Amino acid sequence: MLELIIFSTLNGLLYGMLLFLLASGLTLIFSMMGVLNFAHASFYMLGAYFGYQISRYVGYWPGLLLAPLLVGVIGALVERFGLRTVHKHGHVAELLFTFGLAFIIEELVQMIWGKVPVDYRVPELLNFSAFTLFQTTYPAFRMFMLLMSVAVFIALLLLLTRTRVGLIIRAALSHPNMVGALGHNVPLVFMLVFGVGCALAALAGVIAGPALVTQPSMAASLGPILFVVVVVGGLGSLPGAFVASLLIGLIQTFAVALNVSVADVLAPLGITLTRDSIGGDLWMATVAQVAPIIPYLLLVLVLIFRPKGLMGDRET
Amino acid sequence: MNILKTWCRWPLAAAVCLTTLGAHAQVKIAYIDPLSGGAATIGEHGLKHIQFLIEKINAKGGVINGQKLEVVAYDNKGSPQESLVQVQKAIDAGVRFITQGNGSGAAIAISEFVAKFNERNPGKEVLYFNYAAVDPALTNEKCSYWHFRWDANSDIKMAALTNFMKDKPEIKKIYIIGQDYSFGHSVRNAANAMLKQKRPDIQIVGDELHPLLKITDFAPYVAKIKASGADSVITGNWGNDMSLLLKAAADAGLQVNWYTYYAGGAGGPTAVKQTGLDHRVYQISEWHTNVPSPEMEAFDDEFLKKYGGANAQRWWYLRMKNQMEMFVDALNKAKSDDPKKVAAALRDMKFKTVLGGEVFMRPSDHSLFQDMYISSFGSGTKRDEEKTGWGWKTVGLIKGEDTVIPTTCKMVVPS
Repeated sequence: MLELIIFSTLNGLLYGMLLFLLASGLTLIFSMMGVLNFAHASFYMLGAYFGYQISRYVGYWPGLLLAPLLVGVIGALVERFGLRTVHKHGHVAELLFTFGLAFIIEELVQMIWGKVPVDYRVPELLNFSAFTLFQTTYPAFRMFMLLMSVAVFIALLLLLTRTRVGLIIRAALSHPNMVGALGHNVPLVFMLVFGVGCALAALAGVIAGPALVTQPSMAASLGPILFVVVVVGGLGSLPGAFVASLLIGLIQTFAVALNVSVADVLAPLGITLTRDSIGGDLWMATVAQVAPIIPYLLLVLVLIFRPKGLMGDRET
Repeated sequence: MNILKTWCRWPLAAAVCLTTLGAHAQVKIAYIDPLSGGAATIGEHGLKHIQFLIEKINAKGGVINGQKLEVVAYDNKGSPQESLVQVQKAIDAGVRFITQGNGSGAAIAISEFVAKFNERNPGKEVLYFNYAAVDPALTNEKCSYWHFRWDANSDIKMAALTNFMKDKPEIKKIYIIGQDYSFGHSVRNAANAMLKQKRPDIQIVGDELHPLLKITDFAPYVAKIKASGADSVITGNWGNDMSLLLKAAADAGLQVNWYTYYAGGAGGPTAVKQTGLDHRVYQISEWHTNVPSPEMEAFDDEFLKKYGGANAQRWWYLRMKNQMEMFVDALNKAKSDDPKKVAAALRDMKFKTVLGGEVFMRPSDHSLFQDMYISSFGSGTKRDEEKTGWGWKTVGLIKGEDTVIPTTCKMVVPS
């Protein structure tokens, strides 16, 4: 039991930190520019594929630096030449633009690298088990993923709280118009934020690529959860995104471990429900079976009871 | 704005004409399986199988009076709804033979669609060859005259596995894990029922279903298996669900025995090697690369050389070889590619396979019965898989006639 709890916590934290790497970029972009970047998960996928391609020539480690840089530059160019032009047509146009961009990136990836998963390998340096607890081993690469995400989080925190650029960004997060009125080069800040947001997503891709499979559907599988995280955490709130990603990561991992169903809960109370009762399979479904949809349930609940999100300060 | 400039109109028209020229190719068979998503590796591997088989058939002179066979591939993305879209596309393209295997959900949808289509379009019938979807329903309550299955159904496989397991006293606690759809349900139901009957002392410590082809990280599930104290795991998982489950087990150092249907599918052997479980992972199949047969071994080597790819994936579906060869025999026997005549020739066909044994199609439910091998994966075999150095070794053989089980199919034979 303790073993299950420890490993579920580790896995949940890992998944949560990965979500945070992605959600932080998305929150920054949305909060500052009002653009819900549907293509954010696609930049994550691009980062993984670029990392894979680089690892085939020079190994895994250069990819850790190069892939995010490349994708960051691509992101900045998308903002400069794409979003900025579309911006004058309103929010809906920007939304559609990023939506279409997501499709284009997915098709390009399929055309260049094929539809079959690619063999993005864990670097030899990290291909061992970090520790053994209760006869279960934990891979070193996963520890690396966790530590890397924490390091990036701390770096982001320091950037936002200790530097001047961070000051401007934080101001623009909650009062974008005022920042513009004060004479800061807001378009440049926007381009920087978009680029850095995409670079963060790409870094998440390079980290997660070898552990979770690198395939063209990786963007579509992570995309929806990302929006749940951003909405639940609260738009405009980076700490909120952090709390929400950890919350969802832990909930989804722990939910898999629970074999309780509604029927099991009601049985001690004397109410017997089987497959043949009214509602049938609904009562027999265990928490583990519905684990993938629990984040979306949370999303619906948050939207009903607290639309601002857990720590947000703007209406969704 | 004139989008079509003059200089590109003629080449465009020529290109359109050239593509329709292909429509004059001879007997077409549609391959409708996942070529993207969580089963892309398996779907692509299967496509290479059928392409290689057709090359060989055409090189030997084709079918009927020298007509060539052609395969047209369609990507159903693993989804039943998408499969129906692709079946309609195939029918519109003039194809009258469809083959599919990955996913009983898609298989049931296709079988029902084909039955309805044939009823509404007499004279334009279409046949459906199922080479791998093993939900028993397809040859029982959902059977159809237009559906033929070349693989033993899930109940037959589970009966064979549980017979093998009942003589192993070291098995005390079993964890069942599967994909949450019709096939996964039938595996778990059969496992529960048969184990209770043959070894009531075995404790079933887990009975888990997870979403189909969606999960990339099985670590939480492996943690659960570990926490349950199971010494053996039964699973019907295939595609990414099998290889990633094994990979997560390898990462966690899980020490259990695995009783599977599809551990040998593309990507599986590499994952088994990662776990380090030498001859502790079992599968039930109609053949494996170390079954002695010089002709099949040569065939396998030729396929590996031509289509093995970077991962050195060998031949896997003997059942597809049986299917295509029996199809050719039926075409030649009926002397026509009319699906109704081909179906009549196929439904009670007896066929001598490359292994030397005889297989037969049962007319009451269109199931093929063949020898089944239980094998374990590990070191010390003559031929290895996917450059791992490990290969399959037979630990049990069930003759075809011993695999026959009754059917509830009430087949309606068209006049």
